[in-house]
Amino acid sequence: MKYLISLVVGMVVGVVAFLALLYYNPMTSQNILSPLSVSDNEVITFNYSAVATDALVFTNDGKSTVAPYPSKVLQLWEPTVRLTDAMATVLRDGRNQPAAIGIKFSSRSESSRILNGEAIIDSAWHIYVPGQGSLFVEQQENYWGYLREIVVPAYRSSGDNWRGNWNGTLTSGPGALGTARVFGGSGEFEDLETEGVEALSAKAYSVKHGPVAVDGMLSVELPAPTPDPTPDP
Amino acid sequence: MFKTFIAGILLGVAGAAAALHYFPAVNQFREQSLIIVHPNHGNTEFFHVNIPMDRVMIGAPSQKEPLPIGLEWPVDSRFADTRAELFKIRNGKDAVVGVASRIAASDVSSGDIVEWVLHLPARGSAYVIMQAEPLEDGYRTGNLAAGTREFAPLVGRVSEQWVADTSGAEDAPVGRIEITTAFVAREVEEE
Repeated sequence: MKYLISLVVGMVVGVVAFLALLYYNPMTSQNILSPLSVSDNEVITFNYSAVATDALVFTNDGKSTVAPYPSKVLQLWEPTVRLTDAMATVLRDGRNQPAAIGIKFSSRSESSRILNGEAIIDSAWHIYVPGQGSLFVEQQENYWGYLREIVVPAYRSSGDNWRGNWNGTLTSGPGALGTARVFGGSGEFEDLETEGVEALSAKAYSVKHGPVAVDGMLSVELPAPTPDPTPDP
Repeated sequence: MFKTFIAGILLGVAGAAAALHYFPAVNQFREQSLIIVHPNHGNTEFFHVNIPMDRVMIGAPSQKEPLPIGLEWPVDSRFADTRAELFKIRNGKDAVVGVASRIAASDVSSGDIVEWVLHLPARGSAYVIMQAEPLEDGYRTGNLAAGTREFAPLVGRVSEQWVADTSGAEDAPVGRIEITTAFVAREVEEE
């Protein structure tokens, strides 16, 4: 009997040790430097609040930590969309002026690999910038750093919240450098194919309400126009 | 007994690693695909949106009854000619399979635009640019401009059409937006 108890206790210790190793693994730390920060091209940025009540509309399955907003919005409770969030929000430019309407779909991804520190969300932005055109942004976002450094500490805190300063790049693909794919649809952006990066800046998180003070920033690189070839004299 | 304890630790580590490796962290629910496959390897698929029950949001200025209730559309004049909508989308069996956004807008730079993003969580997203003017028979057609995952290697056309309900049933929708996609692999199209 004592051997069996010893084996079970050992297994519990092993599981806990393994999970601790995963959680504290320094090899899976979040990348805070945007790949676009070294670009020579123009980069346009769209800022938004990632707090649900600051959005025009935020909806999910209605059972998650973050409650849908407004409260009477249709919820995504059907099995096929239960792991998906949809948000419509006003995107602001660098001067904090309303610049665009953005709609974001975020679905938990089957490519998530906890062993590799990958908590992946497949997301798509549909953006309309009045006077400039429309954009479609496809990306995979890795929330492992966000979960590890904000959400888990909030649950461990006696006050059930987290406060601090956390900045992290969420975009982890599908681009080779961990960038999003961006396609232009109309206006100045028509036929544009370029890259983008989304980052979060968090200051407060509550176990009860989710993000309390979290801002998002979506950056899109605008390739320099290709000069017309000079005719051979 | 100490050796048993050590063996237990090793078993625990191996078991946790195996569980995380073999059991998916996320398993998206899938509805059976209802696709018509064509001889050129292309396929046609039918989606629809029941109105008003599948409409999540109508974002437009000066609405008497905003949807959802409590929506505060920005009063900025930049968005005066913008209409953004959110829907659930259904397959041929009337099962919800995803969500979609539709943006209709007009400005000097872009002219009139109508665009869709169809987002099917288990399959990917499709970005569709429609012709602004509908055809005479009420259809509006457009092209797949970009896709993700399952839709990434595809090209093709999409049509939308408003179909009013004529059943007269008490719980019937007012009508439905029918979306038909006709996609083929980019390589096949180029051949």
